[in-house]
Amino acid sequence: MTTTYAVLSEGLGKRYGEVHALRGLDLAVPEGTVCAVLGPNGAGKTTAVRVLATLVRPDAGTARVAGHDVVRDPGGVRRRIAVTGQYASVDGDLTGTENLRLFARLLRVPPARADELLEEFGLTEAAGRPARTYSGGMRRRLDLAASLLARPAVLFLDEPTTGLDPHSRNGIWDAVRRLAAEGTTVLLTTQYLEEADRLADDIVLVEDGRAAHRGTPAALKSLIGGWAEVVVAGPGPLDAAAAVLDRLTGNAPVLDAERRTVGALTTDPALTLPRIVREVDAAGVPIVDASLRPPTLDEVFLRLTGRTEAAA
Amino acid sequence: MTTLAYDGAAVLGRHLLRIRHAPAITVMTQTMPIVFLLFFGYVFGGALAMPGAEYRSYLVPGLLVATAAGGLMTGMFQAAQDAHRGVMDRFRTLPMSRGAVPLGQALADLVACAAGTVPMILVGLAMGWRIEGSVPEALAAFGLLLLFRFAMTWVGILLGLASRSEEAAGQLGSATFVLPLLSNAYIPTEGMPDHLRAVAEWNPISAVTTAVRVLFGNAPVPADAAWPVAHPVAGALLWSLALVAVFAPLAVRRYSRGG
Repeated sequence: MTTTYAVLSEGLGKRYGEVHALRGLDLAVPEGTVCAVLGPNGAGKTTAVRVLATLVRPDAGTARVAGHDVVRDPGGVRRRIAVTGQYASVDGDLTGTENLRLFARLLRVPPARADELLEEFGLTEAAGRPARTYSGGMRRRLDLAASLLARPAVLFLDEPTTGLDPHSRNGIWDAVRRLAAEGTTVLLTTQYLEEADRLADDIVLVEDGRAAHRGTPAALKSLIGGWAEVVVAGPGPLDAAAAVLDRLTGNAPVLDAERRTVGALTTDPALTLPRIVREVDAAGVPIVDASLRPPTLDEVFLRLTGRTEAAA
Repeated sequence: MTTLAYDGAAVLGRHLLRIRHAPAITVMTQTMPIVFLLFFGYVFGGALAMPGAEYRSYLVPGLLVATAAGGLMTGMFQAAQDAHRGVMDRFRTLPMSRGAVPLGQALADLVACAAGTVPMILVGLAMGWRIEGSVPEALAAFGLLLLFRFAMTWVGILLGLASRSEEAAGQLGSATFVLPLLSNAYIPTEGMPDHLRAVAEWNPISAVTTAVRVLFGNAPVPADAAWPVAHPVAGALLWSLALVAVFAPLAVRRYSRGG
C-alpha cells in the first residue's frame, strides 16, 4: 500500500535578509496523521507553517499540501487548509459570533455552523462580546473554531498552546485529538516536548531551519530518555548524590550548586523514582525533592545534537 | 467576478460592524470638515476679496471635495492598522478573491463618507449655500464626489499596506491635509504665482472641485486655467478613473504579497 502525503516538502528554503529562516526543510506528513514540528524559538517553525499555508513564498525547494503545489496553485491549497496562528487570527473588534459568521460567509458555509462551533468550544456565553475582551484561552478557541468551519483536510496550528494555562491547553489538546480521530491531517508546531509526545504520531525536531531528527514519540523518547533529578537538603553533599545518579543512569550528572540539584539523563526504562530515592537515601544524602520526568527541549537538543539551545 | 463581489460585500460587512461597535473615530473624521467649513467660511472668509456669502457658496463644494480627498488618509490609516493584524493572515489563507479585502475596505469608506456628507450639506445649506443647478447635474456632482473618494481611498490603501507601521502611516496621513491647500478648494488659483498655479490646477482636487462647483451652479469655469480645470467634468472623471486604474491593481498586488 502506498502512503499518501498530506504535506510533502523538499528542500524548503526561505531567507529574510541575512537571516536564513529555512535551510532545506524536508517534511512528509501522511494523510490523517498528526505531525509535531518541535523546536526552540527561531528554529524556523513559524516560517515553515507560513510557507505551507501559502502566506510566504519559499526561495528554494517545493512543497505540496493536500496535493496542490504551494507556489503554483496556492488557491488549490487554500481550499483544503485552515491555519491557526501563534497570534490570534480573528478580528478583535468583532464579537465571537460576528467573527465566525464573517469567515463562514467567506467559506460559503451556513451561519448555523458558526453557532454550532461556538457551542462546541464553550463560547456561547461570550459570543456577543468583542474578541479583544477574551482571555488568551478563549481567543485561541475562537481561532481554532474559525479554522474548523469548513472542515479542512489539513490543519496547521502554530504553537497552539503557547502562553495558555493548563486548563485551556487541555481543551486545545482534546480538540486536536477529536480532529485527528475524524481523519484531519494536523501539522502543529510546538516548543514543548510533552505536547508533541501527547498529540503527535510523528515528531520532527527542527533546528536552524532544517530537520535535525525525526521519529515517533516512543522512538524519540527511548533515544533521549528521561531526566532524573534530586534536590539535596541544606549543606548535604552534592557529589555523593552525583555518584549515585552516575551509577544508576550511566550518564554524567549535572550539578547545580545554586539550586542544590543533581540531575542526569537516563535511557533505562526500568529505572523508577522510588529506586532513585532509596539509593540516594541509602548513600546517606538528605534530599527534599526528587523527580523523574521527560527531558526539556534544551536537554533533548543537548542530547541529540551535542549543543545547547536557547529554548526560552 | 461574482466571487469578488460576494467576498467584497462580506468584508464590507466586517468594516461596517467595526464602525458600529466603535463609531467615535468615524464620526470624528466625518465631522472635522464641518469645523473647517465654519472656520473658513466665517473667519478666513472675511479677509478675502470675495463677499462673505459668495465665498461660503464657493467654499462648500471645495470642502466637500477636500473631504473626499481625505479618503487618502482614512484608507491609509485603516490599511496600515489592518496590515499587522492576525486576521489578515486568515483572510490570506481563505479561498477568497484576492481583491475582496481592499475592495471591501474601500466600499466601507465610501459608505462612511456618503453618510458624513449629509450633515455637511445641512450645515452648508444653513450657511446660505444652495444647489443652483438642475437635479441631474446635482446628482452628477455627488457621483463625481463619491468616485473621487473611491479613487483616493485606493491610493491610501496602497500607501497603508506599504507603510512600515501604523505610526508611519499616521504621520504621512496627517501630511496629506496640505493637498487641498495646493488647489482651488479653498481659494481661487488666479491669484497664485504662475508655477504654483500650474501645480494647483493639475492637482486632481482642483478639477473635481471645479466640476462640482459648475454642476451645483455655484461658480463658472475659471478663465485661462490648465486643461483639467478648463474641462472640469472630463478632467475630474479622467483623474478619478486613472487613479483607480493605477492604484487598485497595485493595492491588490501589495495585499496578496503579504507581510
